[in-house]
This record gives sequence, C-alpha cells and structure tokens, in this order.
Amino acid sequence: MDINLAAVKMRNITKRFGSVLANDRVWLNIYKGEILALLGENGSGKTTLMNMLSGIYFPDEGDIYINDEKVVIRSPKDAFAHGIGMIHQHFKLVDVLTATENIVLGLEGKLDLKTAAQKIRQICDAYGFDVDPDQKVYDMSVSQKQTVEIVKVLFRGADILILDEPTAVLTPQETDKLFAVLRNMRDDGKAIVIITHKMHEVESLSDRVAVLRQGQFVGDMPTKDTNAQDMTNMMVGYPVSLNINRPDPVDPKPRIEVKNLTVRSIDGILKLDDVSFTAMSGEILGVAGISGSGQKELLEAIAGLQPVEGGSICYVDDDGTHDELLGKDPLSIAEKGIALSFVPEDRLGMGLVGEMNLSDNMMLRSFRKGKGFFTDRKSPRRLAKQVVEELNVKTPNIETPVRKLSGGNVQKVLVGREIASAPKVLLTAYAVRGLDINSSHTIYDLINQQKQKGIAVIYVGEDLDVLLELCDRILVLCAGKVSGIVPGRGAKKRDVGMMMTRLGGKDNA
Amino acid sequence: MLSTVLSFLPRAIAQGIPLLYGATGEIVTQKSGNMNLGIPGVMYVGGICGVIGAFLYEGTLSSPAAINPFLAVLIPTLFCLVGSLLMGLLFCFLTVTLRANQNVTGLAMTTFGIGFGNFFGGSLVKLTGADMPFLALTATSNCFKKTLPFATKLGVVGELLLNYSFLVYLAVAVALIAAFIIKRTRTGLHLRAVGENPATADSAGINVNRYKYLATCIGCMIAGLGGLYYVMDYAGGIWANDAFGDRGWLAIALVIFTVWRPDVGVLASFLFGGLYILHMYIPSGMNLAVKELYKMLPYVVTIVVLIISSLRNQRDKQPPQSLGLPYFREDR
Repeated sequence: MDINLAAVKMRNITKRFGSVLANDRVWLNIYKGEILALLGENGSGKTTLMNMLSGIYFPDEGDIYINDEKVVIRSPKDAFAHGIGMIHQHFKLVDVLTATENIVLGLEGKLDLKTAAQKIRQICDAYGFDVDPDQKVYDMSVSQKQTVEIVKVLFRGADILILDEPTAVLTPQETDKLFAVLRNMRDDGKAIVIITHKMHEVESLSDRVAVLRQGQFVGDMPTKDTNAQDMTNMMVGYPVSLNINRPDPVDPKPRIEVKNLTVRSIDGILKLDDVSFTAMSGEILGVAGISGSGQKELLEAIAGLQPVEGGSICYVDDDGTHDELLGKDPLSIAEKGIALSFVPEDRLGMGLVGEMNLSDNMMLRSFRKGKGFFTDRKSPRRLAKQVVEELNVKTPNIETPVRKLSGGNVQKVLVGREIASAPKVLLTAYAVRGLDINSSHTIYDLINQQKQKGIAVIYVGEDLDVLLELCDRILVLCAGKVSGIVPGRGAKKRDVGMMMTRLGGKDNA
Repeated sequence: MLSTVLSFLPRAIAQGIPLLYGATGEIVTQKSGNMNLGIPGVMYVGGICGVIGAFLYEGTLSSPAAINPFLAVLIPTLFCLVGSLLMGLLFCFLTVTLRANQNVTGLAMTTFGIGFGNFFGGSLVKLTGADMPFLALTATSNCFKKTLPFATKLGVVGELLLNYSFLVYLAVAVALIAAFIIKRTRTGLHLRAVGENPATADSAGINVNRYKYLATCIGCMIAGLGGLYYVMDYAGGIWANDAFGDRGWLAIALVIFTVWRPDVGVLASFLFGGLYILHMYIPSGMNLAVKELYKMLPYVVTIVVLIISSLRNQRDKQPPQSLGLPYFREDR
C-alpha cells in the first residue's frame, strides 16, 4: 500500500468536547483507489474524526496533509477546495428545495439551474444513478436522498469521499446498488472512507480497515487478512463472542392474538392488509420485511398509537381470558405490561426528549408512580445508572442531556429503559440500528433474558442474518400482507428474502 | 360611486405602504431563520430617527422656505436607516452571536423601540416648547410628499397609479426586488437554505452567521423605512407619541398572509390597508362598536389564511423550517 500516494494523512489529531476526549492523537492514512472502512464502537470518535476532515469541527491539535501538503481546514468550504466531500449520517439536504438546488448550494457564480441539471444528468449517466434534478427533496425516499448527497459531492469534483453509516437506512437491494457505485468510484481512482457497523459490509466492500477505540487509533490492516471476530476484538479491546444465543422457549402460551388487522394511513394507503398471527410468551417473534412494509403500523397498532380500520388485537392473560386491546388508550395498554421501543430513523423522534437528561428520560415511563403530589426521582436515577452501567453508555454523567450523546448511545438509553420496564410484551423495532456490534450483542442478550422470563417479544429487525439467528419464529411482511410465518431454526436466508419481495415467496416465473 | 373608489383606493394604498415595508423587511429576515418580533419597535425607531434628522436639519434653516428638498429627504432617510440598522445589529448580536431566545429578544426590542420613540418624541416636543403634544415638520414632509407634477392631469389612471410620493414606489420596488433575489438568485437560494436548514447550508460552505446578520440588518432597514413613510408622508410630518399604533404587528401578520412572498405582499398590503380603513366607509352611524369590529378584519383574514395553509399542509407554503432556532456548528 505504501507505493500508493496517501491522499490524506492525519497526524496526532486531538479533539475535545468539554471534558470528553473524542479523539486522542489519531494517525490515519487514506489512499487513492481504495475503500477504507473506519471501525469502532459507538462513541469511539469515528464521526468526529471525519467531521474534522470535512470542516465541520476544527481539531484542537494535530496536522492534516492532503497529497503530502499540510493544509488547514477551517470550514466545509475549505474541505471542498481540497476535494473532500462527506455524506453525513443525517442527510444535509434542504427539504423544500429541488435536487438541483441542493446540489449547487454553496457554489459561487451566477445561478444557472439548467446547466447544472444537465451536468447532474451526466454524472448520473456515468455512475448509473437515478435522480430527477427537478424533484423536491421532501418527495424523495431515503435512498433517493442519499443518491442526491453522493451526486452533490461528485458535482463538486470531490476525489476523497467520506460516507458515515450510509447503509443504516437502506434496504438490502439499495445497499447493493450503493456498493456497486462505490466500487465504480474506487476504480475511478477516488479515495473512499466508509463508516459502518455491519461486519459483512466491511468484508464485502472494503480494501482496508482502520480501527478506533475510545478516540485512539488502534491499528489498520488489509480486509482480506482479517475477519469479523478479529475486527470486533480490536474494536472492543478484549475477545467477545459473536454467537447469538437462542434458548428454547419455556412453556409458550398465546399472549397477543392479532386477527385480520387492517390499517390505512392518513393518505388512505393500505399499510396492513388482513394481518393475523399469534405472539407467544417466552418466545421471540421476528418481523421481517422491506422497510415500510407495515412494521411500524403493526407495532403502533398493538401499542394503541395507530387508528385501525378493522380486525382485532387480543391480549391473552395467563388464565386464558381474552382482552380486546383495540379502542383502549395507550396508557391502559401500557399498564397491561405492553412496552414499545421503536427506534425511528432520527432516533430521538419517539421515546426520548433530547433536551432532558438521562434520569429525566427514564422518568417518562414512571412519572405517574410517585407518592401523592410529588414525583419519585430516586428510582429513575437508579435506573439511569443501571442502564449506563449495563449497556456501557458513554456519557459524562446521568445529568447530561440526551441530545448530546452520540447516536448509538442515545439508542441504548431508549432500549434499556423499555426493557427495564419489566413488561409482559416487549415490542421492539430496529433496536440495534446504528449500534456497533458489541452493543448489538448486549441488546440481543438483554432480549433473550426477557424471553426467558416468559415475556412475549416481537422483534422488528433489518438484518436478516440476525433475525434468523435470534428469533424462534419469523413473520414475513410483504407490502402490508403476511407473506408467511416460518420457524427461525432452519430457515434459509434466501427463502425469507424471497418472501419479503413476493407474497408466499414463490417464484411466479 | 367612482369618487368613493377614487378616494378609497389611494387611502388604502397609503395605509398599506408602511405594512409593505415592514412585511418585506420581516420576510427577508425570516428567510434567514431569524424570527424578529422586534419589527414593530424597529419601525418606531425608524420613524423617530427620521424625525430627529428632520428636526436637526430644519433647525439649521433660517426660514422654512430656504429648505433644500434634496437634503430634506436625504438626511431623515439616512438617520432612519442608521437607527434601524443599529436595531438590527442589536438583535443579531443577541440572537446570532450570543444565541439568545429570538422571541424574547424580539418582544423586548419592540417594547424598547416604542419607548425609544416616545421618549425622544416627547423630548423634541418639549424642546419646541409647543403646547400641543405633537411635533410638526411640515416643511420636510412637503419634500417627502412631492409627486409627479403631471399625474393629476392624466385622469383616473394618473390619479390612481402615478399620484404617489417616491417612498410608495420605492416600497413596491423593494418588495419586487426582494422577491426576485429570494427566488431567482444564488444569494436567495443560500438565504433560503440558511433559514430552512442551517446545518446543511453550513456544510455546503455557506457562512450562516453572515447571512443571518445581513438579512436581519437589511430587513430592519427596510422595515424602518415603513416608520419613516408613516410619519413623513402619511401623517404629514406630524409626530405624536403612539400614533403609529399596531401597524408593526399587522406587518408581521402580513408575512404569514403572503406565505413568505414579498411580491404577493404588494397587493396584500393594499388589501390590508383597505381592510384597515374599511370602517370609515361603512355607514354605521354612531355605533362605534361596529367600527371596532371592522378594524379586526386584517387579523381575521390572517387567521383564516393560517387555517387554510395549515389544512392544505403544502410544504412550499410553510414557514422556514428552522425559523426561530439558534444555530451553532459544534452543537450536537
């Protein structure tokens, strides 16, 4: 690799946020014609490091060299001038503007949207993108938005591309498309850095991996000389097990019976169509499906947050009494012990209040409990401490506003709280979205613990491999319909994948 | 009938012009994501600063006949612009640099601006030693009110379209230019991006704070001219404390009414002006309560527009997304 010219060299980069040391004397080389995977646990400083390259943050100490020339990057504008473009985890797009307007944003000279649109079409043709230059961003799907981001960077002639968790919100098909494009660009001689937590992506896409741990650079190596286990050990600093346990269900009894459930969105689109299934106690029921196939509506309908058009949802008690949940308000459903932890795309959107600190966020579940007029503040504090300890949340203290934590840590707080509310039914969606592999396994363990306590778990997941390893049964949704329910043990990834895209998974061809 | 229309329309337009200045200034400001509720105060300051300028200039004259029309217009206008600019800088320093809450700052500035106007207005009245609680700057006002000499000779058309003073045409021109810049130019594109999503604008290499400062200060200067027009033209150079009334708030209502489009503001401000004086043309006899109800009309119309635009929920017709929120790059 040394024969290659290092496009970027970062030397002794240090960055502090208040008392938190986010990056500590980091050394990193980025080469042309190579895809570098930057690995590390949540909060290990990957995004911070890359933000310093793209001019969002300014390093407290250290030097950056581009093509062997020392440079100072004070602002995103400087970064562009050096050919650095970053695609952020949360898209940097203005919703009410068109694709073209977003792409030319920040450039100098006369505003000529027609010529710009032409150039955008050329770039799209060259790399096989599908972007309508005149489409407004608010009308776009997540993957279309991401494509606009990539075109934006290419439009500016960037030859160093940084992608921060680009696949977190993409479907497997969209991910494959993105990877093809990235390989294309690598072969074009561009330097590419990708931050991701998905090990199979690292293995299939990258040429080299670099690992950060607690803000420090631990090492790098060619991807072909390493494997998921070694990389994880390097990230965590000690050997961890990557096997997911699947204890046999203990005494499964029907707990939630869903019959002929039909849900329509406000715009009148059918989101769930005649869905029926039973969730058992002591069992993990996985829900698989392409994103937007009705997973969110299903969980929200059970939790009482979603108006329902037809069907029934019954809570079955241990003694066999059926209790209709439809028509009950979310509070009385929650009192039955049905807990919902939904991790939306923006993480903070549902369930946590960004401006409030950890222990106050814990209180959102328990504020009705205190004695008489006053709230009980002690037990939320205890719970916050416990979650921080058990899930290894990186935070200065439990008085820190949740907004200031890194994305993965925010999520641990949310999932930890919902699990700790000791429910009868645990509804969880995308619990590990954006979490590093070690924290993901902590969450799997926690879910398994709940299952062994006899709790019925409904687990909506994105990663098919995990669903197949973790769940006892898998409910496959396809465009709001039940495509099938398969046992988790012995299910084939290919079959489930087929069922996700086609009702029943049969090849009609 | 025709004579009623002929007297109503120019008066509606004259009522609308201060609102148009205020609304254009506030739209430019809000497009940058700054919610400047200090606009009513800024318009007061613009007005009183013009009065101070005119007062000082008239003080140097030996007789009102010796007035130089050019200087008589230029000096109050400059005073007005500088006063409004200072208000804009104050607002920006507090909300952009120190990231204070914009609503609180704006309301405080409105209170301050009105107090500032009344304090200096009252002081000037005292200086002249008049018995009346107002200050008359008729000589200066006559210079401001100059119209095209041939306008009245052109019949109804001239009467309705050409028979206004320069500040009226300037208001329309400023609104149209602002609309053009916001919609068609790169500066406008960047300004909209700053107001919608400053983090995005920042990562695209746009200097967010510079845009916020410039837009807010220019917006304040435009709004200040509304105060100047009111006292020098509409009120005939007569400053009386609190006479400007609630026009500043009407200007902010107009911003919502026009769904943040200065070009729509031109006609909308005339409509508001018309609604504002409609009660004088409604035969209601001695029943003053009915008149008060008619005065409510501009606000009712604004609420109706708010309801309709919320119901239709069109993304293009919403306020800038980060309106009222401070921005700090290293915040997370």
